[in-house]
Amino acid sequence: MNRIDSKFKELKKRRKKAFIVFFTAGDPDLQTTEQLVLAVEKAGVDLVEIGVPFSDPLADGPTIQAASQRALKHHVNLPKILDLVARLRKKTDIPICLMSYYNPIFHFGEEKFIKKASQSGVDGLIVPDLPPEEATGLIPAARRNGLSTIFFLAPTTTRERMKTIVAASSGFVYYVSLTGVTGARQQIPSSFRQQVKVAKRLTKLPICVGFGVSTPAQVKAVAEIADGVIVGSAIVKEIQKNKGNQDLVKNVARFISQLSAPIS
Amino acid sequence: MSFPDQHGHFGEFGGRYVPETLMALLDELDKVFRSLKYDKAFKKEFAFLLREYAGRPTNLYLAKRLSSHFKRLNVYLKREDLLHTGAHKINNTLGQILVAKKMGKTRVIAETGAGQHGVATATACALMGLKCEVYMGAEDVERQALNVFRMKLLGAKVIPVTSGSQTLKDAMNEAIRDWVTNVDNTFYVIGSVAGPHPYPLMVREFQSVIGREARQQYLAKEKKLPDYLLACVGGGSNAMGLFHAFFNDKTVKMIGVEAAGKGIATGVHAAPLSVGTVGVLHGSKSGLLQTKDGQIKIAHSIAAGLDYPGVGPEHAYYKKIGRAQYVSVTDQEALQGLKLLSQTEGIIPALETSHAIAYLEKLARNIKRKASVASAASVIVCLSGRGDKDVGGLKDLI
Repeated sequence: MNRIDSKFKELKKRRKKAFIVFFTAGDPDLQTTEQLVLAVEKAGVDLVEIGVPFSDPLADGPTIQAASQRALKHHVNLPKILDLVARLRKKTDIPICLMSYYNPIFHFGEEKFIKKASQSGVDGLIVPDLPPEEATGLIPAARRNGLSTIFFLAPTTTRERMKTIVAASSGFVYYVSLTGVTGARQQIPSSFRQQVKVAKRLTKLPICVGFGVSTPAQVKAVAEIADGVIVGSAIVKEIQKNKGNQDLVKNVARFISQLSAPIS
Repeated sequence: MSFPDQHGHFGEFGGRYVPETLMALLDELDKVFRSLKYDKAFKKEFAFLLREYAGRPTNLYLAKRLSSHFKRLNVYLKREDLLHTGAHKINNTLGQILVAKKMGKTRVIAETGAGQHGVATATACALMGLKCEVYMGAEDVERQALNVFRMKLLGAKVIPVTSGSQTLKDAMNEAIRDWVTNVDNTFYVIGSVAGPHPYPLMVREFQSVIGREARQQYLAKEKKLPDYLLACVGGGSNAMGLFHAFFNDKTVKMIGVEAAGKGIATGVHAAPLSVGTVGVLHGSKSGLLQTKDGQIKIAHSIAAGLDYPGVGPEHAYYKKIGRAQYVSVTDQEALQGLKLLSQTEGIIPALETSHAIAYLEKLARNIKRKASVASAASVIVCLSGRGDKDVGGLKDLI
């Protein structure tokens, strides 16, 4: 059983919802990303998504776009990120997913990438521009190497598509709370409640909700329905706010504890 | 076998690499588009608009003075520059606007490089009374100021995009982000044979009128088929529009001309088929300019409409199966081509189109070398657009 599955099993036993955070790898630098992952495990985080920076992140809003640009400026790439995960694996068992647009993976070589990711200790893959229809190579390669493939459900997803998507998914399913790109929102549309319920009838996999979640109140509201809550841009923003501050890791960890407090 | 397959794949190329939010919409669009094949009312309206509004058919004009400049070439120009708004782009936007209306969408967005597609979209929206917003790289807003003004006159909102290279690639990123956000009421009019399925297919179908007409016209005039087809390739819609009807005419050679910018060797160009590798950008798999890490490289061309690191997937497929050949000419050569056509025929072509004209020099030289060719070779060039939009910026260059 991979780390994601055992984590959700453990959480279920404890009747706890998963708290998942996103960092852009290498923002502000890879060493800080490493320290952040280690620090947040203690701040109530159950799973970490590490974002692979991409030049053209078309599913991302301004916050993560800017973080990707910053990371790319000092040449962060897949091999360096896999090294980072390998270093982390010597110190922590927190489940780690890589979130990458498809082109860096495709260019690296799908099969080769998955093998190396698995060897480095990556547990799951999230590829926002790769629907299951185009993942006929990636899914079996990931299965063979014990990696989960996390696909997305969106407010626009039909029931028919939901079946295909949950069948292609492992680890958990990522429900996108709104039609739009990543980034903090004042309000999250309540429609996700109904949709998550529909999805739950179709799969035993945990359903985690992300996009737009940025306050403790939103975390609480989402966790009432979902099995997990994903926060990205709000944290990336907090990192940027603390840029150059020697207490960056401490401050971000504190910010994350506040976010996760309602469900810890 | 006809391409693409039902999932939008042209061999290994094409497909649908987009966020899940768009998938249901693309399924619906695909269904609606396929139903149009049997929709008499749609066909009638589209044909009417192309004829009465856009000005089809366009002439196939034998450019005698240009031909005599090359001696061994008979050059026919397919005069898409004579269409309403001054380029082939209107063929596609009229078609897509009708599809948008059929789907009940009330808002239209588009990306534009040279501004020709933006103008053509704004025009179709004005005609149909639809709200229109056009994303355009900030750099292009500057170098294509005339087209920006035209779009505004037509009632469209032009949104300058300041991220990344501030050109077509970034305008398309931003348009896709808008689309994901406003998927319920918004139709995205893509300007080239690029993007996720069914766009490459749909745009090809709307543009293939170019080649159907040219083929008939040429047969009527010469009682045979031409030896060559020649067109510039950025995303590749005018080229695919010309090529498609000739696909099964095996004797007809097809040449797509990419932008070599400052020279292929300098790395500063927009020639993903000539020297790029396979990758995924803006929803499809095709030729791409990218770094060793799979990051998208910034393209360069003097022609804003060719300034794009990717290319339509069907062109990648044509190249792979050897049906078309892809070559490139530099900014400087394109400028010479522009001057040549202006001064031999009194036709000022767009900078994009000038790349195709410029390649005629090389084609003529290649043909001369082939001793077996007794008579002149015939070539149809897609004169995809007129140069009015460029002349302001050219004053310092020529």
